[in-house]
Amino acid sequence: MHPITTVHYLALSAALLLIGTVGVLTRRNIVIILMSIELILNAVNINLITFSRIWHNMDGQIFAIFVITDAVAEAAVGLGILIALFRNKETVLADEIDLLKW
Amino acid sequence: MLIDTTLFYLFAALALGGGIFTITRRNAVHSAISLIVSLLGVAGLYLLQQAEFLFAVQIVLYVGGIMVLFLFVIMLVNLDLAAKERQFNKQWLVALAAVAAVAAEIAYFIYRGKDAFHIAEPTMVLAPPALGNTEALADTLFSEYLLPFELVSILLLVAVVGSVVMAKKRI
Repeated sequence: MHPITTVHYLALSAALLLIGTVGVLTRRNIVIILMSIELILNAVNINLITFSRIWHNMDGQIFAIFVITDAVAEAAVGLGILIALFRNKETVLADEIDLLKW
Repeated sequence: MLIDTTLFYLFAALALGGGIFTITRRNAVHSAISLIVSLLGVAGLYLLQQAEFLFAVQIVLYVGGIMVLFLFVIMLVNLDLAAKERQFNKQWLVALAAVAAVAAEIAYFIYRGKDAFHIAEPTMVLAPPALGNTEALADTLFSEYLLPFELVSILLLVAVVGSVVMAKKRI
């Protein structure tokens, strides 16, 4: 078996990013769209930590901490919006919220 | 080296398989549980790359915090009706085609550029640094990145206030 190199991690992170993107673009359920955003943020973190390791530099890991903090803030606000939306429109499907559509 | 390779493929399979299940399940609770599996796989990858502190943060904060928040909201919001509906929107084919194009692009770039990373590769097998991971992280975070660290606390405050305002019936 080949030893694991940086390229393996980059390919994995790209694959996870694409899975998350497919989720955001194709799902109708807002809860699952928010989960897909978490997948995307995790893919970014894998990249940051891989480069932090190969350059022997802590900056990548610090950035990963900030990304996780952002993910927390985003999940909290996003789920708050979802609850407000469900109370007013009785739906969690993203394409049924088309008030601004012409 | 063999155990590293095996563990990498194990955690990668967990992360990718969990991710695929997350975006394909009809039931949102199943999606959330698949996402937990995926996040644990990513945590294992952090551990393989000597990022022990982030491994712990990933499990405590993501799996223990964010996913519990997701599960609470799934309980709070009635998703039974949504589970019976169509799960994918009308432009799913266009979206898949666009993502496939991006995937081909990224695969091409990674394939062409894979030799660029070999310069940094030999440093990987050096002896571990004298400082522990958490200690080194704290040193950098509280010296070089002190201002962003303080600013991020304001971001969290804004997020807390914002989500309370959003979810409250009457302010």
